[in-house]
Amino acid sequence: MSRTEAGFDDTAVVSARGLKKRFDSFEAVRGIDFEVARGEAFGLLGPNGAGKSSTMRMIACTSPRTGGTLRVLGMDPQTHGPAIRARIGTVPQTDNLDMELTVRQNLQTYGRYFGLSRAHVRDKAVELMEFARLSDRADDEVQPLSGGMKRRLAIARGLVNDPEVLLLDEPTTGLDPQARHLLWERLFRLKQSGVTLILTTHYMDEAEQLCDRLVVMDGGLIVAEGSPAGLIEQYSTREVLELRFHPGTQTRYVSAVEDLAERVEVLPDRLLLYTKNADATAARVSERDVRPLSSLVRRSTLEDVFLRLTGRTLVD
Amino acid sequence: MATDTPRQTLTTPVRATGSVVGPWRAMALRMEVLWSWYRRYWRANLYSSGLQPLLFLGAMGLGLGSQVKDGSFLGGITYLQYIAPSLLVSGIVATAVNEAGHPVLSGFKWKQDYVAVVATPITPQQLYGAQLLWIVLRLSISAVIYGLAAALFGAWTGPGVLLALPLAVFTGAACAAPVMAFAAVTRGEGHAFVALNRFVVLPMTLFAGTFFPVDRLPGPCLPLVWISPIWHGNELVRAVTLGGLSPLPALGHALFLVAMLVTGMLAGRRSFYRRLVI
Amino acid sequence: MTEGTPPTRIPAAGVPHARPAVAGRPVGGGPLLRMLPSSSYAGLSFRLVERSVLLYSRAWLVLVSGVFEPLFYLLAFRVGFSSLIGDVTGPDGRPMSYVAFVAPALLVASAMNGAVYETLSIFYKLRFDRLYDAVLATPMGTLDVAIGEISWAVLRSGLYATAFLGVMAAMGLATSPWALLLIPTALLIATAFAAIGMVCATLLRSSSQFDYIHAVVMPMFLFSTTFYPMSVYPPSLRWLVELSPLYHGIELARGLSAGTLDPTMIGHVGFLAVLAAGGLYVASRRIGKLLLS
Repeated sequence: MSRTEAGFDDTAVVSARGLKKRFDSFEAVRGIDFEVARGEAFGLLGPNGAGKSSTMRMIACTSPRTGGTLRVLGMDPQTHGPAIRARIGTVPQTDNLDMELTVRQNLQTYGRYFGLSRAHVRDKAVELMEFARLSDRADDEVQPLSGGMKRRLAIARGLVNDPEVLLLDEPTTGLDPQARHLLWERLFRLKQSGVTLILTTHYMDEAEQLCDRLVVMDGGLIVAEGSPAGLIEQYSTREVLELRFHPGTQTRYVSAVEDLAERVEVLPDRLLLYTKNADATAARVSERDVRPLSSLVRRSTLEDVFLRLTGRTLVD
Repeated sequence: MATDTPRQTLTTPVRATGSVVGPWRAMALRMEVLWSWYRRYWRANLYSSGLQPLLFLGAMGLGLGSQVKDGSFLGGITYLQYIAPSLLVSGIVATAVNEAGHPVLSGFKWKQDYVAVVATPITPQQLYGAQLLWIVLRLSISAVIYGLAAALFGAWTGPGVLLALPLAVFTGAACAAPVMAFAAVTRGEGHAFVALNRFVVLPMTLFAGTFFPVDRLPGPCLPLVWISPIWHGNELVRAVTLGGLSPLPALGHALFLVAMLVTGMLAGRRSFYRRLVI
Repeated sequence: MTEGTPPTRIPAAGVPHARPAVAGRPVGGGPLLRMLPSSSYAGLSFRLVERSVLLYSRAWLVLVSGVFEPLFYLLAFRVGFSSLIGDVTGPDGRPMSYVAFVAPALLVASAMNGAVYETLSIFYKLRFDRLYDAVLATPMGTLDVAIGEISWAVLRSGLYATAFLGVMAAMGLATSPWALLLIPTALLIATAFAAIGMVCATLLRSSSQFDYIHAVVMPMFLFSTTFYPMSVYPPSLRWLVELSPLYHGIELARGLSAGTLDPTMIGHVGFLAVLAAGGLYVASRRIGKLLLS
């Protein structure tokens, strides 16, 4: 089904030019440009304090920008906040569900804020509980639900107005692996049904799973942009060879292997050799009589890109 | 918008179903949600909305009233009939301040339902208006319960009570509006509300003409009485139930409360916006 | 990760005196340790009191403002009600000023209010802060929690009672040396109500249910002969007032403040002591059940 047949317009859902956000003396976002196309899954990656959440809040129209331009669904959040919010869905970082109401009531009451009729939200709640696999907890209070259930309910709530764009701020932080995978699967289905997803995360596996395109933010600026594969190609090598040594002895071997890789990184107990063909590099390493405790050949991941771009030092 | 047939699976969103509603409808929608919360928990609120002022009326009006020896200021009515209107005012103001304090701070800080609401087409200003209207609704319910029950005690002297009830609710609203604004700028754990109750509401209740005429107070205290909303409310409510107030002072009392309400609403709308849109 | 040497066993530095657990024969630790299951009590309750002191040192306004509440009442009675009411009959049958009649009652009533609402507030610590989950991960047991929180509530009430007594003396309302015993009376009332408040806190489900507690405490405050003598009630209702623990505290306080002792005071003390002991027992049971389930 082509977009024009479905009645979509092809203009960007979100476009930002020189977008800035300043809090008193601290500039959280320092002039960024990006565009999100309709139907795309777009990721904002970055360490804590990179400016991801501030950017998300500006898109969600709950935080006025202090510089640049921003258009969401073709409208200016500064002047058309309510009209934009009527057409987007928001899933906040901390679940602000109503703990004292039931699952069903949470969905119904929230839907009413969007001007939807009682009959409509009643049916919509049933549909969304099915989608979020919460049907059998429909009339339970929210408080005792597990973290994964609460997050699924928060996502279901964000979908109550059939939004064209869904904003997710760190959707799987704090969830166990089962809960994360279930959530990813649901988000993937949403994407397939044509909802534009914009999400922040600092999990690289999440970004690789979900995002068609992403930007890496650091210190309020965009430091890289592209598809997950494109970013790996651009900022890392295809493969990585990890050589493990007794902690502290690894530095002795740096000079011996330096010329075998495009880049060598020194960690407390290992050396990382970034290379096109890790098996070949491993063979040449052993030719030089370097005997690590163990060695591992793996494909380069977004995590390598991320750490290269934003550094290994703790940012908090 | 609205009533399409129920769908079994999520369908391709062509256009979101949400829409922007006008400010009055927005406030009505928010109050509807508060109502669905209240329906689950109304039983627990029965006490503060009806019973507590009655207990005061029984203990002070009947019990303490039986001990009053110098009844010169009563002018022929019983002590119970003297304090019934003013206990209505202070009961309503106490409820108003409580409802405007902790629950509002919780909306920003603990329960965070305000944060959830402003992610929808509802604006912070509409949220403030709805909360104030909601408090007025709760106060009205309390006032009616109190009015009926105090009638059983024989506490009302005439039909003036029908005017007294809305006037008391109005006094409560005039107090709730600025307290909500204060709650929106409160950052801590809400200890400030304890201080507000102890240093403002309680002294007002005790000294601003609820239990005894303010002329029993030493002269230098009177300016404090004059800035007490409870005193203005007491004077108005006593005027309509017991009579004896000329139009000009009555207008003054009403204007004081109107000014408080308007200032509180302006500050409240602003502080709600500033707390939620940052 | 290095799989080098296993971590050496270092004596845990966090335990000041390790809990004795030698084959059912605990050593030292006072009588409480010998009577109670050692798993729920480590003699560390004072640590929670320290936490409260630390907490309130930042919210001193709340602490100090609590002193003012009964003072406002006292002042209102002095300037307003006294002029309406004049003298009333004191516990010894002689007339006394209305303020002197009300003051000791206000002292114990505020001890009750302070204690019950202080321990009620642990509802938030239980439901939202999850404070005790962290506390119980240390050597402290559930009984430490119960005793610690109740001690703090009682301590706070004692502080208020002392301040209040000072003001009474300054106003010339406490002339008998027996009035000094108002402080232990206030502590006894506070212990009983702190324990009851804690039990209630473990039973509540939503903060809106606090109203149920108000619905019991407020009538007790208003009707336990606080503001007028028992003679106001018809004889058929007086037994109901006598059921109120606050009434017994007020009778005790009024007698002591006027310096008139009589044997019925033993009964009042007994009633309150039984209530306090029962309350403490149920509170520690409830806390244990709630936290270890």
